Amino acid sequence: MTEPVEEAEAAVLLDRPMVSIKGLHKSFGDLEVLRGIDVDVRPGEVVCVIGPSGSGKSTLLRCVNLLEQPTAGEIRVAGDLLTHRDADLDRARRHIGMVFQQFNLFPHLSVLDNVTIAQRRVLKLGRAEAEETARGLLASVGVGDKAGEYPARLSGGQQQRVAIARALAMKPKLMLFDEPTSALDPELVGDVLNVMRDLARTGMTMMVVTHEMAFAREVADRVIFMDGGVIVEEGTPGQVIGDPRHERTRAFLRRVLHPIED
Amino acid sequence: MSDSATEAGSLPRTGLTPRQRRNFGVGVQYAILVLIVVVAAVALDWQRFQEVFFNPSTFKFLFPDLITIGLVNTMIYTCSGYVIGFFLGLLIAVMRLSAVRLNRWFAHGYIELFRGLPALLVFMLLGYGLPVVLGPDRQLPFPPYGTVAIALGLVSAAYMAETFRAGIQAVPKGQVEAARSLGMSATRAMVTVVLPQAIRIVIPPLTNELIMLFKDSSLVFAVGLTAGTAELAKIGNDLATEHANSTPIVLAGLSYLVITLPLGFLVRRLEARQAKAR
Repeated sequence: MTEPVEEAEAAVLLDRPMVSIKGLHKSFGDLEVLRGIDVDVRPGEVVCVIGPSGSGKSTLLRCVNLLEQPTAGEIRVAGDLLTHRDADLDRARRHIGMVFQQFNLFPHLSVLDNVTIAQRRVLKLGRAEAEETARGLLASVGVGDKAGEYPARLSGGQQQRVAIARALAMKPKLMLFDEPTSALDPELVGDVLNVMRDLARTGMTMMVVTHEMAFAREVADRVIFMDGGVIVEEGTPGQVIGDPRHERTRAFLRRVLHPIED
Repeated sequence: MSDSATEAGSLPRTGLTPRQRRNFGVGVQYAILVLIVVVAAVALDWQRFQEVFFNPSTFKFLFPDLITIGLVNTMIYTCSGYVIGFFLGLLIAVMRLSAVRLNRWFAHGYIELFRGLPALLVFMLLGYGLPVVLGPDRQLPFPPYGTVAIALGLVSAAYMAETFRAGIQAVPKGQVEAARSLGMSATRAMVTVVLPQAIRIVIPPLTNELIMLFKDSSLVFAVGLTAGTAELAKIGNDLATEHANSTPIVLAGLSYLVITLPLGFLVRRLEARQAKAR
């Protein structure tokens, strides 16, 4: 994976970013969803991406682990150029955890097997070792007692926490969260956000697409506001959410924070 | 009564209400059925009917061969054909959805060919053609069981491939995305995540396929069967010809029903359970 050229590059860039996105474009047919995105994410940084639906924020996240193939531009994660045509994506994705809006747990596997399956089939770990890791993670996200259940028997909030444990089992360097609480009943959102906040405090590098402004304010190191496939504004949560400079950002925040006024 | 119908405002005084019309229609249908039964009972010679179609005097040469040879062979043929059809069908379904165009073409061609040809013709071609292709010194194992298994397998694989394809496509896209984002290759995701779910989804139609195959196994006489390897339909037919009586065919038919009716019941149960789980 790491070619000699990249090693040399890495040596030059001492504080190299965990994620480096340059000139990213993505089109679906005639529809241009991303129109030139440049973002760097430092190791340990938590970046929240906000914006109206259709702004391209989920597509941006899905391009980072190449679930979507970019139309143009470069994506680097931990120094590896993922947009290179000879890049080993399967290997790269081992270290990029992803959490989906719809959880996407494997319904035919128990909670424990959901968390061990990739360790065993991808990392080729033994059952005992994989299960030990899995049980530890399940306990840490507060569903340790559900290891033997099947996903269908869990609440949405529990399922999403299992999904986080499943991703963490691969010991990722980077975690991507694609609207992780948008499919949850309101009273279940808090449990998931708490797990994410705890994870952020461990120093995990995170990119989070979210509508939870309170979470972004508290946990994010940086907030990116997207609209129409471009980054309109970025900065600390205090700047972007607290004191937005652009009218589009202000209009969006008004709608999100005060949905039933005017 | 007719007053209230007029009050309802929908009908003139002389007409029937919708309820009366419905009752009248149902009554007519019952009357027709009763008439048919009565005519059949009077017109048919029941004595003769029983002699031809259910003659106990034929039982002594029917049993136990009909069961110990016929039913046993039918089950061996069906099950061996089903196993081959299952795995071949799975392979062809995966090829049908492959990223490699040649795989898709081959799978498409295979499915269209074997769905389009009459099964009987395929069995004939295998029965006559395979010995020529293999040469005089070679043959498939356990003749004719090997040939029959392959014949039934080839035909059922085409139908099962389409069933599997539907099952694979019914697995949500997010499942593959979750698997791939954990570092699984496309093949690993297919084997570990998609296929186990797809197969669960298509268990009812696959059971239906087993029922179809039970019945299609009656066509394998075309491959060329000896007395010891005959299945239900052939034994029934041979004995019926030999004794100029249709009872063996009726009993062979009943033997099929002994298998297919419970399977049909099972399919309905499985479908109901899936409908409830959804």
